[in-house]
Amino acid sequence: MIWIDFKRIMRAGFINFSRASVVSLSSVFIFTITLFVIGSLILLNAVLNYSLEQIKNKVDVNVYFTVNAPEETMLSLQSALEKLPEVNRVEYVSSDTALEDFKERHANDSLIIQALDELGSNPLGASLNIRAKDPSQYESIAKFLEGESNIVKSNSSYISKINYHQNKTVIDRLNKIIAGVRKIGLAVTLVLVIISILITFNTIRLAIYISREEIGIMRLVGAGNHYIRGPFLIEGILYGVISAVITMFIFWPVTVWLGQTTTQFFEGINLFEYYTSYFMQIFGVLLVSGIFLGAFSSFLSVRKYLK
Amino acid sequence: MIYFDKVTKIYGDNSKALDEVSLMVSPGEFVSVVGHSGAGKTTLLKMILAEEYPTSGSIFFESADLRSLKNSEITKFRRRIGAVFQDFKLLPNKTAYETIAFAMEAAGKADDEISADVPHVLELVDLGPKMMNFPHQLSGGERQRVAIARAIINQPDVIIADEPTGNLAPINTYEIVQILKKINDMGTTVILTTHNKGVIDSLGKRVVTMEQGKITRDDKKGKYAI
Repeated sequence: MIWIDFKRIMRAGFINFSRASVVSLSSVFIFTITLFVIGSLILLNAVLNYSLEQIKNKVDVNVYFTVNAPEETMLSLQSALEKLPEVNRVEYVSSDTALEDFKERHANDSLIIQALDELGSNPLGASLNIRAKDPSQYESIAKFLEGESNIVKSNSSYISKINYHQNKTVIDRLNKIIAGVRKIGLAVTLVLVIISILITFNTIRLAIYISREEIGIMRLVGAGNHYIRGPFLIEGILYGVISAVITMFIFWPVTVWLGQTTTQFFEGINLFEYYTSYFMQIFGVLLVSGIFLGAFSSFLSVRKYLK
Repeated sequence: MIYFDKVTKIYGDNSKALDEVSLMVSPGEFVSVVGHSGAGKTTLLKMILAEEYPTSGSIFFESADLRSLKNSEITKFRRRIGAVFQDFKLLPNKTAYETIAFAMEAAGKADDEISADVPHVLELVDLGPKMMNFPHQLSGGERQRVAIARAIINQPDVIIADEPTGNLAPINTYEIVQILKKINDMGTTVILTTHNKGVIDSLGKRVVTMEQGKITRDDKKGKYAI
C-alpha cells in the first residue's frame, strides 16, 4: 500500500514537472541562480582562506644572534621554541647560510660583494626564523623570547636583535584585517544565502499558488493530504536536483576562465583545480541545498492549502 | 440518509445563507433543489461535502454528525460522495483517463482495478475515443461527462450535482440529465440543483424550492414553481 502510493506519487511528480513546463523551467532557473550564489560563495571562501593563509605565512619573527654565539646555544633555543604550543616551525639559519643568501641576493651589486670580500670574515650572525600557528600568537612568542625562562636569560647576551617590535604594527594591522575580512565574508555569505533562499521560497509559493484550485479539487475527490502533497514535494526535489547539475555545468567554464586569469592575483590558488579536486564535495553541498530548499518550500507552501 | 436539523449558516460578512433549514433525503432518492441565485442551494451542497459547517444546527450523514469528523475521516467520507459542478472542476494537467484514475488512486484502489474500470466508465459516458484528451481538448458537455465519470467511479452513496448543466447547450443538458437519471436508477442517491425549468419538469421527481435561505416548498412529484 505504502509502496503503491509512493510509486504513484513519484510518477505524478514527474508528470506534473514535465507538463507544467513553463512553471518548472522558471523554477529551475531561479533555483540555479540560488545554487550558483551558494557555489560561488564556496569558491570565494576557498580563495579567501587560501590567500589569508598565504599572507599569514609571510609573517614571521626572527631572532638574530651575535656572531660569536655558540651553535649549541642557538640549537637549544630552537628546540625550546619548538616546544611552545603557539609555534608552528622554527628554522635555524646558520651564519654561513645567511652569508650565501646575502651574496645571492646581491649578486648583481659588485660593490657590496667587493666589500664583503675585503672584510674576509663572515659579518653575519645566525638567526632563528619563527613561524607561529596564528599571527596573533607572535606577541606571546616575543614575550617568551624577552622573558623569564632560564634558557633565554642565560643566553641573552648572544641575542643581538629580535625583530618582533619592528614588525609589531604590521602584524597587528594584518591581524585586524584578517579578522575583518572573515567577519565581512561571513556577513556577506549569510545575507546572500538568506536572500536567495527567500527568492526560491517565494518562487515555489507562487508555483503552488497557481495550483491552489487543483489542490481544492483533489481534496473534493477524496485524496488524502499526503497524497496531494507528495507530487509537489517530488517536483520541488526535482527542481533542486536538476538545478544542482546545471550549476555544476556552469561552474566548469567559469572556473576555467577564472583559473586562467586570477591565479597570479590569488597567490597561486587555481580555481579550476580547486573545482575539479573538490567536485564531489561542491556538488554534494549544492545537491543537498537544492533538495532541501525544494522539499521544504513545497512542504510549507502546500500546507497552506491543505487546512 | 442525509438529515439537516435546523441548519443556519451565516457567512463572515453577516449574510444569512441558510435559515433554520431542515431537510431529509432518503437512500435512492432523486432530489432537485431549485431557487434563485443566492437562495442557498450551493451552501446546502457544500455542507453535505463538509466544505462548510453550520453556524447552528447539525447535519447527519447516516448517523454521523459531520461536524465531529476528523480531517482524515473527512477524506474518507468524501469518497462516498461524488460531486459534479457547474465549472466542472477538472484538473487541467490530467487527461480524462488520468482524472478518473486519480480518484481511484486517491481511494487506494489497485492498479489492475484502475486499468479495468476507467475505460469502462468512460465508455459509459460515451467518451471512449477521447480518453487521452486533456480538458482543453474537450467540449463543455464532454468535460461535464468526464466529471460525472469521476464522480461515480468509486461507487458513491450520493451524487451531488451543483448546476451541472448551467454552462451547457440544451442538447448537452439533456444528455447529462439522462446520465444522472440512469445513475439514480442504479440505486445511487442524487441531489441536483438547477435553474433549468425544462430539466425539472421532465424529471418528475421530488423538488425542493428554496427562497432566501429557507425551504418554501417540498413536493414529491414537483414542477418548477418560481
